[in-house]
Amino acid sequence: MSPAALETARNKDGLRRVVIEPLSRVEGHGKVTLLLDEDGHVQQARLHIVEFRAFEKFIQGRPYWEVPVMVQRLCGICPVSHHLAASKALDQVVGAKHLTPTAEKIRRLMHYGQILQSHALHFFHLSSPDLLFGFDSDVARRNIMGVAAAYPDVARQGVLLRKYGQEIIRHTAGKRIHGTGSVPGGVNKSLTVAERDELLRDIYQIVGWSRDAVRLVRQLFEASLDEFRAFGSFRAHTLCLVRADGALDLYHGGLRARDADNRRIFDHVDYSRYWDQISEEVKDWSYMKFPFLRSLGPEDGWYRVGPLTRVTRCDFIPTPLADRERREFLAFDEGRAALATLGFHWARMIEMLHAAESIKDLLHDDDVLGHDLMAGGERQARGVGVIEAPRGTLIHHYRVDENDQVARANLIVSTTHNNQAMNNAIREVARRYLDGRTLTEGLLNHIEVAVRAFDPCLSCATHAMGKMPLSVQLVDADGTLVDTLVRG
Amino acid sequence: MRQHPAPVLVLAVGNPSRGDDALGPLLADRLAAAALPGVEVITEFQLQVENALDLEGRERVIFVDAGVGTRAPFEVREATPAADFLHTSHALSPEAVLATYLRIKGEAPPPATILCVRGESFELGEGLSRDAAAHLQAAWPKLASLCAVGVAETHA
Repeated sequence: MSPAALETARNKDGLRRVVIEPLSRVEGHGKVTLLLDEDGHVQQARLHIVEFRAFEKFIQGRPYWEVPVMVQRLCGICPVSHHLAASKALDQVVGAKHLTPTAEKIRRLMHYGQILQSHALHFFHLSSPDLLFGFDSDVARRNIMGVAAAYPDVARQGVLLRKYGQEIIRHTAGKRIHGTGSVPGGVNKSLTVAERDELLRDIYQIVGWSRDAVRLVRQLFEASLDEFRAFGSFRAHTLCLVRADGALDLYHGGLRARDADNRRIFDHVDYSRYWDQISEEVKDWSYMKFPFLRSLGPEDGWYRVGPLTRVTRCDFIPTPLADRERREFLAFDEGRAALATLGFHWARMIEMLHAAESIKDLLHDDDVLGHDLMAGGERQARGVGVIEAPRGTLIHHYRVDENDQVARANLIVSTTHNNQAMNNAIREVARRYLDGRTLTEGLLNHIEVAVRAFDPCLSCATHAMGKMPLSVQLVDADGTLVDTLVRG
Repeated sequence: MRQHPAPVLVLAVGNPSRGDDALGPLLADRLAAAALPGVEVITEFQLQVENALDLEGRERVIFVDAGVGTRAPFEVREATPAADFLHTSHALSPEAVLATYLRIKGEAPPPATILCVRGESFELGEGLSRDAAAHLQAAWPKLASLCAVGVAETHA
């Protein structure tokens, strides 16, 4: 049975409903529903995103120069990605076709700092408990404190990697949060010599730890090869940015789409008219849209974005240590790790190493100390900015009216691109691990492991105390609550 | 670690564009404007693992956040390290930040207090609700008092 067959049950009469809400260790609110028949066979599996509306409305009517700052409030985990994607879109509005070398390098430095801190957070604090202890290990131990107890150096390095990325952001964006460093047409600050020297002091250690992290993931694959190879894996089209020479480029490039066999669908497409290539479908059971490649249609045109796509679909990585790791990843297990959903973790650590190497190179480039910060040109009414955020391709699209106010905004975030792919991953896991078995916390965690591999950002930053209770509910087909499983 | 960090750290949490989630940042802004000697204010969207490093060298930490289901207008309680990472580690609880400090430093974290102010609505783009505005007014003297006591403790 293909994963798509589990999108909608043929006959829902008499099916038992299982709700996992919200997903633990996933940003924001997500919900998984499983419909089971009397024998416990999975008839339907869906990942619901419940809070992705109102982003565009939030931005409409605002002066365009406010946008790069205010969009950071959409997400508390990757605000820099929104900051930079908005800035890139509004570069076009102010007519800045080419940034100054200092502006582009400061923005890249900020972006690599964001990639470093986000990937470190994801791997060390969200996913490593599952990977180090096992998906159905003791839930009381399966968290970062368990990692800290069993692997103290790993846990400590995770904290310090994350902290270093935050320091890069602070020095380039001006503040730890709500930074203002990137503005339409350039940046409003560069590095001082003292800031550069402070960041240089630790960068070689950061590169070393990042390389150790890649090796740790490899060891985890080697230790559980059969499980890692097959877990939640499926064939998928892919989409990412690549540099003009085919290199991995997380800040800028053309759009590349490949099929599951890595054959070209389109390549080096100018993203300023992304809608010629990508459309979005609405499904009545999800708030989040389902993007697809126009040339393949809504049924077959869904695709996967993010670290696994980028690392396996670029022609090379332009920093030596990360490129060597990329080649080893592609060759490992006759290429099967690069096809596995859990390969996301390995690819993510390769990107973290690339980010660390890129930061090192930029800190040795005196352009980051320059004072030529702004570019401009002929005012335009529309701008599109695309960036490879930690979780994947991020599109910001604005139309600005004659009063300099945003008249229309369209954002396609990484998690939306991956909507169908994540649904396929959970269906694959549900079919393989849950079908016909008594449900336990450990088995249900398998679903969450699959979702976490994509590192979805399901919502934005509201985390008031008591706002995120976690419960698993078993509900009869007639809606009667049969059982509740509460964690924490 | 900085050589002489302020002895009292106030870590305020919340998203100013998320309705009553702004309670923490708004109290932080007011506290920063008051410029109390010996008090440093840090505002975050969410608490994270690296916030454990902000605790180094402090004598007292005060966490300020909005709360759902909190008794109005606010609650105050002492916080101790606890590995409650079960719901999400994208955002940590104050107790989990203290536990992270304990693990990575191998020593007890500074004493910590939580000031949790009741919020009602958390939608994107919303302002502070009327009830939350009243809770903020009620919480401000308590926060100032907690800071003053914290500073006094360091001189004791």
